[in-house]
Amino acid sequence: MIEARNLSKSYGDKTAVSDLSFTIRPGIVTGFLGPNGSGKSTTMRLILGLDRPSSGSVTVNGKPYREHTAPLAEVGALLEARSVHTGRSAYNHLLALAQTHGIPRRRVEELIDMVGLREVAKKRAGQFSLGMGQRLGIASALLGDPRTLLLDEPVNGLDPEGIHWIRNLLKSLAADGRTVFVSSHLMSEMALTADHLIIIGRGRLIADLSVDDFVRQASGNLVRVRSPQATQLRDVLIAPLVTVTALEDGMLEVGGMTASQIGEAAAANSIVLHELTPLQASLEDAFMDLTRDEVEYHATTGTTTT
Amino acid sequence: MSAVATQTPQPPLRVTQARVALSEWTKLWSLRSTRWSLFVTLLLTIGLPLLVATILSSHWGQMSPGEQASHHPLEVALVGVAIGELAIGVLGVLVISGEYSTGMIRATMTAVPKRLPVLWAKAGVFGAVTFALTLPAVLIAFFASQAILARHDILQISLSSPGATRVVIGGALYLTVTGVFALALGAIVRNTAGGIASFVGILFVIPPLMNVLPASWNNAISPYLPINAGTEIFTLNPGSGNLSTWAGFGLYCGYTAALLAVAAVLIARRDT
Repeated sequence: MIEARNLSKSYGDKTAVSDLSFTIRPGIVTGFLGPNGSGKSTTMRLILGLDRPSSGSVTVNGKPYREHTAPLAEVGALLEARSVHTGRSAYNHLLALAQTHGIPRRRVEELIDMVGLREVAKKRAGQFSLGMGQRLGIASALLGDPRTLLLDEPVNGLDPEGIHWIRNLLKSLAADGRTVFVSSHLMSEMALTADHLIIIGRGRLIADLSVDDFVRQASGNLVRVRSPQATQLRDVLIAPLVTVTALEDGMLEVGGMTASQIGEAAAANSIVLHELTPLQASLEDAFMDLTRDEVEYHATTGTTTT
Repeated sequence: MSAVATQTPQPPLRVTQARVALSEWTKLWSLRSTRWSLFVTLLLTIGLPLLVATILSSHWGQMSPGEQASHHPLEVALVGVAIGELAIGVLGVLVISGEYSTGMIRATMTAVPKRLPVLWAKAGVFGAVTFALTLPAVLIAFFASQAILARHDILQISLSSPGATRVVIGGALYLTVTGVFALALGAIVRNTAGGIASFVGILFVIPPLMNVLPASWNNAISPYLPINAGTEIFTLNPGSGNLSTWAGFGLYCGYTAALLAVAAVLIARRDT
């Protein structure tokens, strides 16, 4: 259980997180979504006490993270930025972290096998690929067998097999009754693993809803209609709360009516239809819509003259 | 892939100062930079006195009695300390700045979110390791250089002669405190280059700069500079105007404690 109350953090005059409140419940995977630079990593650092909030508070399992006597048994964290000394082997890295809590060596051995780093365990972590680094990070997060997992972009740099492994791992962790909080900037990834979503943009909460609700909202109720009598059809359909957008070639996009309502209206007015298709907006599109105004850095197309 | 839960039941987990110290011990020895820096320190602390003793011994006959009298056997035995302290200082800075430069500090502070136990453990473990290695080193340097100088009666001194034991052990004590002094600087600056620069600046660059001040100022300030105060512990007779052995070394320890206190305040308050 993670509870944030009016959490804010500024660095100088730049606000990274602003008045964020949410509760992350155990037993499910909660996705933490937002464009790059939206404050996801800052929020995770605040949860772990690495940064102090400018105002507000956040607790893990009922207490600020700092006050736990065995923090690694409460929260296992994988941060986005590398948190490993490049000159130390994976084994010694895990061992040093384990020793702070009195976690036995055999747990270190167990995890090295579990994340598949046995062959490179004695190699210096500086030589690891991104994917191996992520696996090492996951192993450190699981050291204390924590009740809460906090993972910042865990699939970053993993190959398809690794991504599959992470998805199953997250689900099994949640099924054990643990709290699993995973950030990503990819909606499609979250749709596959998460049950619930916290969406932020520019450090503010945009949405806090279940994945099912998100999918339902995202689909909206846009219907594409093609008719040789498009102009006539538009006049028939137009009403308060109904939007009709004319596209090329006798094509209309209708919002606010279901496909059957449109079909019936057309039949009642003897209008011929060539196509009647309910549109599924992609989740990625819906996510982009939701965060469009909140993206910090927009890509601009076209050439710049200097 | 089976679930994540341990197959083995775990004892109650808890962060303690002793466990953090064990963790820092593991961290210290699992890096090549540590092993190299300590090796170089020992090499300089032992090797340099042997080299100097050999040169002195072979040139002894060509020296005037006045020049012969200017050489002291304890100075020969501890000539390596003045250079070994550079290697120890660099390592002291690295012990903590290396964590900041690689990002390891985030893992460390996540495991020990109260943070200060990490600083105490680093300073304690590094100080203990430095003393445990440099004490035998200065003793070896002493006995070996004495053996090389055995033919020259006026260069013979026993550990039981007044102050001799204190001077020899003092070499190791000085290296130990210097290592912790550098570690505290590294914790304050959080950056390897900056940490080493401030260490070298404070210890080696500032003292000669004092010569541009009026002599009365220079004489009033210089004895209190860290390096001048600290080295009294392995100087047989403090020069006139200098602090006494224990006042000087006490002041050096005081500087180190003050730096550690500043580091503690900053580590506890800063974002990591």
